[in-house]
Amino acid sequence: MSRNNMSITTSITTAQPTIEIAGENALIIYLDDTCLVKTSSKIAQLKTLLSEKLADKLIEQIPSYNSLLVVFDLYKIDYFAIRKTIKEQLLLLASAHQTKCKTIELPVFYSEKSGPDLALCAKKANLSIDEVIHIHQAQSYQIFALGFAPGFAFLGEVDERIAMPRLATPRKKVPKGAVGIADQQTAVYPASSPGGWNLIGLCPTPLFDPDNAPHMPFSVGDRVKFKPITEQEFTALGGKL
Amino acid sequence: MKVKSKPSFTVISPGMLTTIQDCGRFRQAHLGITTGGAADNNAFMCANQLLKNSEDAPALEINFGGLQLIANSATTIAITGAQAPISINGEVKANWQCHHLNKNDKLDIGFATSGCRIYLAVSGGFIVPSQFGSTSTVIREKLGGFDGGAIKTGQILPIGQTEKIPLNKINSHYIPKYSNQLNLRVITGYQISSFSRQQVNKFFASEYQVSSQSDRMGYRLTGPKITSEISSMYSEGICQGAIQIPPDGQPIVLANDRQTIGGYPKLGSVLSIDLNNLMQSPQGTKIHFEPISIHCAHTLLHLAKAKLTNVPLIQGMS
Repeated sequence: MSRNNMSITTSITTAQPTIEIAGENALIIYLDDTCLVKTSSKIAQLKTLLSEKLADKLIEQIPSYNSLLVVFDLYKIDYFAIRKTIKEQLLLLASAHQTKCKTIELPVFYSEKSGPDLALCAKKANLSIDEVIHIHQAQSYQIFALGFAPGFAFLGEVDERIAMPRLATPRKKVPKGAVGIADQQTAVYPASSPGGWNLIGLCPTPLFDPDNAPHMPFSVGDRVKFKPITEQEFTALGGKL
Repeated sequence: MKVKSKPSFTVISPGMLTTIQDCGRFRQAHLGITTGGAADNNAFMCANQLLKNSEDAPALEINFGGLQLIANSATTIAITGAQAPISINGEVKANWQCHHLNKNDKLDIGFATSGCRIYLAVSGGFIVPSQFGSTSTVIREKLGGFDGGAIKTGQILPIGQTEKIPLNKINSHYIPKYSNQLNLRVITGYQISSFSRQQVNKFFASEYQVSSQSDRMGYRLTGPKITSEISSMYSEGICQGAIQIPPDGQPIVLANDRQTIGGYPKLGSVLSIDLNNLMQSPQGTKIHFEPISIHCAHTLLHLAKAKLTNVPLIQGMS
């Protein structure tokens, strides 16, 4: 490798990734988070690399924002070996090309009828309802994590103009398919549950099917783009108000 | 032609909360699906060992007790876990051993007097459809068990074999004694370096108590307040036994039905073999934490595994 190449490699590398112990059979890896979208893609990539390398020695991998929690089978691999493998894969990751991620389009019926907080969001943002809708659907969002409930994807980052703090009092029941905003994050509730996000619309696409694979249309590192639909289209797609 | 009914139990009373559990649901946490599984894995594994079942055979986890079943066919059961009055047709029976049941026998498990979770395994296991690789019930996710819920009065619980098998019992040395004072070993990690030394010392020197807000998701403890210097952080993966410190400074030990990700700072995680004991602890149990290294944890776990796979079973009538 020429000296020139080496200096390029050094300049790309920013803050060092860190590996911390999480539990008796778990390590957590943190990557530099100056650009969260890039970090999230790297985390997804690292997860793939480790799955290929460690296969059944791994029990879980939980990617989330700037971290990857790795739970390993301590009867199949010891602490020193897994730490070494992770370090090696982190070096590969630094030079690896960004892999292509998939973009999933989700239809949303935005309205005051389907989004009880839409009017208040518009008022707080000093925008019209149509402007809030336009801003929300204009960009695509990165999936930073799946959690809270099966199929619940934390998407970001929402345009600052429509970023809204969570409700002071969470709702006891948020309907299935509700599209919400919390700070600079947005999400679709895959099932009815309690929740404190600002609701702006409804998505008719089922996001979690426990009985049939694929159980979810996306995974961490993919992107989501929302497409506005009418009430008629929403009903035709199986949505219920 | 007479149709022979499939072997089963009928639930007369489900007790406070009785669910189907196995070793847990793994390799699904990246989807937001939690682990579930028997809260006291040691007692669960022993119940299946007594019956020579596969180690992951679905069993009933009876929280606090109050379960009554009728056997619809002859079978063999094993009961482990919390101490509770057990009777078959009114006749008193012992815990941590197998029992034969005849057709129409009534099994009665009263309320726990020491510990809080009782395991009932049956020869051949309960027959439950598996979801995401496990039969473990997680009520919050509506997964596992029968329709993702707790068992109910009148429900039919299908079981595997109907043959009577040898009655084993566990050597009394191997029966855990559930205490109201626990020492929990902690593999330190996660954000521990962001807590001040004083706060970490306080955590390991203080006594905590199990609060009433403790369940399969997590055990909330009360005691000296621990403060963290982290004001906000990204949500991250939570492993079994993780000790999180929310803004009120009262530690929460996260257990089987925990959320897969969360954004509170954590001090490390409780050693799994100690977590089994915590999950048997009722409200008011006094807790002390002790820091250990991951190397020490691995030594302890390898020893515990060797011990568990060689539990001497004693054959004989109950």
